[in-house]
Amino acid sequence: MASTTQALDAKKVRADFPIFQDGALSYLDSANTSQKPRQVVDAMVGYLTEYTANIHRSAYRISEQATERYEGTREIVKRFLNAASTKEIIYTKGTTEGINLVAYSWGRRHIGEGDLIVLTVIDHHSNIVPWQILAEEKGARIEYVDIDERGELRLDQFRALLEQKPKLVGFNQVSNALGTINPVDTLVREAKAAGATVLVDGAQGAPHLGVDVQALGADFYAFSGHKICGPTGVGILWGRRELLESMPPFLGGGDMIKTVRLDGTTYNDLPWKFEAGTMQIAEVIGLGAAIEYVSGIGLDAIHAHEQALTEYALEALTDVEGITLYGPPAERRAGVVSFNLAGIHPHDLATICDRDGVCIRAGHHCAMPLMTRLDTAATARASFYAYTLREEIDRLVGSLSEANRIFNG
Amino acid sequence: MDDQFYREYILDHYKNPRNFGRLENADISHEEENPLCGDVIGLDLKLQDGVIDEVRFHGRGCAISQASASLLTERIKGKPLDEAKQLTKEDVISELGIDISAARLKCALLSLKVLKAGAYGTADWED
Repeated sequence: MASTTQALDAKKVRADFPIFQDGALSYLDSANTSQKPRQVVDAMVGYLTEYTANIHRSAYRISEQATERYEGTREIVKRFLNAASTKEIIYTKGTTEGINLVAYSWGRRHIGEGDLIVLTVIDHHSNIVPWQILAEEKGARIEYVDIDERGELRLDQFRALLEQKPKLVGFNQVSNALGTINPVDTLVREAKAAGATVLVDGAQGAPHLGVDVQALGADFYAFSGHKICGPTGVGILWGRRELLESMPPFLGGGDMIKTVRLDGTTYNDLPWKFEAGTMQIAEVIGLGAAIEYVSGIGLDAIHAHEQALTEYALEALTDVEGITLYGPPAERRAGVVSFNLAGIHPHDLATICDRDGVCIRAGHHCAMPLMTRLDTAATARASFYAYTLREEIDRLVGSLSEANRIFNG
Repeated sequence: MDDQFYREYILDHYKNPRNFGRLENADISHEEENPLCGDVIGLDLKLQDGVIDEVRFHGRGCAISQASASLLTERIKGKPLDEAKQLTKEDVISELGIDISAARLKCALLSLKVLKAGAYGTADWED
């Protein structure tokens, strides 16, 4: 098939990652957290060793430099998301905090007794629990869109729920447990047409597919830094400006205020209204470097590379004895493969893989409702990124055969 | 890979668990879940004059958690409950006879947690 996308050279990408330099590690857990390239580490070390200072509040050179880099990330994120304004880019601790911010600040104002919130069974706990807390507090109800046998959302059910006029509709761009790429354009368009406010959890989407928030048309989009080659402890909440303007602050404290008197406070403008206290400056700077790094490789190239890997993995794994593979066909999933081997618990699989230097995730993937739906307690999961090699998948297959030999031999 | 971790007797206890099942009219019956991995272990004990007369375990999980539970039932059957209550984490780990990484410690100790929580009537247990 002809493609205009520049093919990605994973070996070249890999050269940027210190952790891979001794060649021993097969890291197949990027959906959990990604590895960090030298460029990100250097950007953070630069701040920590050359211009450590607080931001927004001191009139000396290194403080101005820190402020510039901290705010510079916002420009980078704005371009990455194609947001209309940097005022719509809120720094958070990660996707989880972004969704909690929306649930507390927007949700408490707009969700009332009897209101409907629509989520999906393939949502991560971070897009379920904040809404459950809110629903319990307000007497609202939550309905979950089910999946079909291939692990794809049931649009018939989604549409039936939209007829009940939900106040909020939330779903992920990509399922972390199955890799399902949700048809977000359709979901957002129809949910908006039904009058709902729409939140998209981009934790697994932003690093692998990217997003154009203006084209998508949702109201909120959240993602984490550490899954996109950036550090932990930082993430982004994008929100539609008029919504963010109308929302009360989430956390109160320094930097989110204009003036504080004993009888009241005026809040800062967007985006700082939602950034209380001294923020994670080094991490924000690292995130900027990470997004530039990933954008430099190109999201199209990353996606094509991961799809080829997924196709390869699905085919190679099919031959492993006793395997059950979960999720949709390769063309409709991101670089995530969840599976089980008959008679072997995923934890045991992960331990056996680890002894061969292969890192996979085992567990419920913070998606316990989905595990219940799949009628399993846990799965093993391999997930890929721009630096993943086919040889690593071969090593995984080798470890799984070894597991079969030990357990079922 | 060496097979030290999945020694034969551990795999044997996993595939052919001893004292597996439920007891009706148990004197002590308790179940715990490891929220990290969804492993579940339940213990039923029948006592006679303070001695564990019968014991059964049920649940699901990895080889380590299931083998550890199976080994535990063999160890406590016929022992006074007070003695079983004194069992320590070290006892259980040494009985397994393998190097347990921190990540798998909870698997290995889940059945002991169930025993202690059931025997003391509380879930007072420090992980």
